[in-house]
Amino acid sequence: MSFNVKRGEIHGICGENGAGKSTLMKILSGVYPHETYTGKIMLDGKMISFEKGAIRQAIESGISIVYQELALNPFSTVGENIFLGREPVRFGDVINWNDLYGRTKELLKTYGLEIPFGETVGNLGVGKQQMVEIAKSLSEEAKVLILDEPTSALNEFEVNTLHAILRTLKEKGVTCVYISHKLEEFFQITDTVTVLRDGQHVATLPTAETDTDKLIAMMVGREMTERFPSRKVEIGEPVFTVKDYKVMSTEFMDKTLLQDVSFDLKKGEILGIAGLMGSGRTELVTSLFGEMGKQVAGTITLNGKEININSARDAMNHNIGLVPEDRKTLGLILEQSILKNISLPSMDRFSGFMHIDKNKELDESRKFAKSLRIKTPNLLVPAEKLSGGNQQKVVISKWLMTNPDVLILDDPTRGIDVGAKYEIYKLMNDLVERGVSIIMISSELEEVLGMSDRIMVMCEGHSTGILDIKEATQEKIMALATAAAQDEKETS
Amino acid sequence: MTTEQNSALLKKVKHGLKDYTVLIALGLIWILFSILTNGIFLKPRNISNLFRQASIISFLATGMVLVIVLGNIDLSVGSVVGFLSAVTAFLQVKVFYDLMPRIFPAMTATGQGIMSTIFTIIVVLLLAVVIGVWQGSLIAYLKIPAFIVTLGGMQLFRGGVLGVTQGKTISPVDSSLVSIAQGYVSKPLGWIIAIAVVGVIFFTTILGRNQKKSYGFEIPMMWKDLLKASVISGIVVIYIMIMNDYRGIQIPVLILAGIALLISYISTNTRFGRYAYAVGGNLEATRLSGINIKKTIFLVHVLMGVLSGVAGIILTGYVAAGTVNAGQNYELDTIASCVIGGTSLMGGKGTIIGAMIGSLIMASIVNGMSVMNMEIFWQYVVKGLVLIVAVYIDVISNKQKS
Repeated sequence: MSFNVKRGEIHGICGENGAGKSTLMKILSGVYPHETYTGKIMLDGKMISFEKGAIRQAIESGISIVYQELALNPFSTVGENIFLGREPVRFGDVINWNDLYGRTKELLKTYGLEIPFGETVGNLGVGKQQMVEIAKSLSEEAKVLILDEPTSALNEFEVNTLHAILRTLKEKGVTCVYISHKLEEFFQITDTVTVLRDGQHVATLPTAETDTDKLIAMMVGREMTERFPSRKVEIGEPVFTVKDYKVMSTEFMDKTLLQDVSFDLKKGEILGIAGLMGSGRTELVTSLFGEMGKQVAGTITLNGKEININSARDAMNHNIGLVPEDRKTLGLILEQSILKNISLPSMDRFSGFMHIDKNKELDESRKFAKSLRIKTPNLLVPAEKLSGGNQQKVVISKWLMTNPDVLILDDPTRGIDVGAKYEIYKLMNDLVERGVSIIMISSELEEVLGMSDRIMVMCEGHSTGILDIKEATQEKIMALATAAAQDEKETS
Repeated sequence: MTTEQNSALLKKVKHGLKDYTVLIALGLIWILFSILTNGIFLKPRNISNLFRQASIISFLATGMVLVIVLGNIDLSVGSVVGFLSAVTAFLQVKVFYDLMPRIFPAMTATGQGIMSTIFTIIVVLLLAVVIGVWQGSLIAYLKIPAFIVTLGGMQLFRGGVLGVTQGKTISPVDSSLVSIAQGYVSKPLGWIIAIAVVGVIFFTTILGRNQKKSYGFEIPMMWKDLLKASVISGIVVIYIMIMNDYRGIQIPVLILAGIALLISYISTNTRFGRYAYAVGGNLEATRLSGINIKKTIFLVHVLMGVLSGVAGIILTGYVAAGTVNAGQNYELDTIASCVIGGTSLMGGKGTIIGAMIGSLIMASIVNGMSVMNMEIFWQYVVKGLVLIVAVYIDVISNKQKS
């Protein structure tokens, strides 16, 4: 992979999830030291490399990153945050506060950033906090400013402000690398765009010479292969219906996480949910599982009856199961045995008061471990010893044991190898053949296209469309997922 | 034997050593003290005292293991024990001593004493439940960190001790209460207990094998199971033999054995126990598995309260009075016992039997040093160092794993 970023330009980088954007940024910022990769990074004609753990070196050489998750101390003031670690001192170690705030004021004025310099950062909105991060980078004399999905948490007004700031920076000769999922932003702000796919460089070209469709084609452009087993299932009547679903954030009262989401799931069907990270797909299934607090509106119908789900237990009682996004933090108790992990939600079946029928527990757990082909000498091995694919099979076994009618799989094949993926696909086919209905979130477009009967695409908390598998293409999904739906309608 | 077999064997031995680290440490400490005391340390009389001294902290440790397994901590146990001990003495001396002759005028003085003790135990255990419910609900339902709730409880119940005792020792308690903590089981009864325990061990071993067989599970070789049962039976029989060589099995140790077995059973063979370990292992994953985590946390703290009650009653009998500084620093000895016994402060890991051995190690150090007539300050110094070393061993063995 090689590409050039010109001085004083705003350079966009786009690609699907897992295309290598974050890895690239980690290398550039010194998170991955130079022993871990091969190749050269040149800045102003000089090769730069960073030693292990020397993130500071990257900053000193002039590369600065503004991360997706802001890395500020919310309890300190704007000035303190900007000069953290570089406070102006006198008499040995006494901070010169007047100097610190004076320089902060000067800095903010130079770049036209409107932030009260003495305010506690926690009291500022997300947009302003991001400005503080940018100011911090600038105070460190950054030559290259890398913005990793800077607009994911901003509203439209804040995005415009950010773009205005970036244009000011460009005038002052600061180079920006702009990573985003939202393709339309590239056309608003960048001069040049680089497309990455599967860790490889696809193209770097002036923004003016391309358009959304071309970018999408370059981002997905892969051949479909026989990676998905076929199935023969008679799809039945709708069993699970969600109507006018709306979820508000419990942390920020005025932030809407999901709005106007409606869909139905038929018996024996796999409904794929596609969307980029932050599109609200995980929030959707988590709240359907009763774990997003009480700020939820809309109706959920199961087998024709309206139901209320306020906790995971409620969901389980309605025979809904959820294989969560992150198996390590949400799916498994890593140090406990495979056996205990599988049987955890189903303990009621093996237990009386003051008694667990351990033989029955082992017997039933074994059946699942066997049919899912979990590779392990026995079930007493701690879950942490298994490979990612086998761990995922344990989480799936755990939910299969609860006999779900509706099984929600949140990115079930993330981070597992091709062989294990295939086995999980076959398992999904087995399940729908037995009449289970599946909702599958996936970050991989091929997977969604290869496994789903219908695909719901989400973008920024909205359902932007439900496609039948016959009409769905990667381009259509990407267009809906990047909210470029209008362009799509015009071309078709 | 090939090198491969050799290294496999070495691995097995290493693994086995790790499993039995605490037990080996206990053995080494005993050998050391018996040399330093010219064998007095291992005399039946001293062993009998040692186990009795260890019993009060051990009651607390059985509950504390589960609290720590949750990922919580209980700093209040010392004060709670002190408070309940003061209440025990108060009830005996100030309330039931006058009340019993009026309720049971026909009874002998001994009978009235026993009735007084029974009533005292019931009231104190109920109070212990109330204390557990109080702390458990603050922690589980109001989500106040356990560290803070029990740090507050430490002050609160120490204040309670002063309030109940008015700063004075309350005595004398009834002889029936004293014998619960200081008494012995008669020697023939001791032998009957020995035979019964051995019978139960072999019976459950065979029963377990047959049940496994009916499911078609592969079962370990018969001789392995029998050897295991024999070793455990052997330890029980030898212990009872030594005790009978002195005055018989100590009643508090017998009660402790019963409670430790019960809690150990609960921790591995009931949903409640399973869920406690699951909560400590991964709270989020457990909640997403549809488990009522608040109820689990609540019940663990209630159980801790009840066990503090048991410890408080036995402590009162042991001292034969209610004193102002009863139970002081017990929380530290209890937590240390659990940690030495392999309970992880990160939660999710720990066994009752480990904590019992840990508590025996702590008691052995104190006992051994006092038999040696060493100055008392050394006990604190050595106890502190042992705790630090025990945790360090845990830290390095975890590092090797990752």
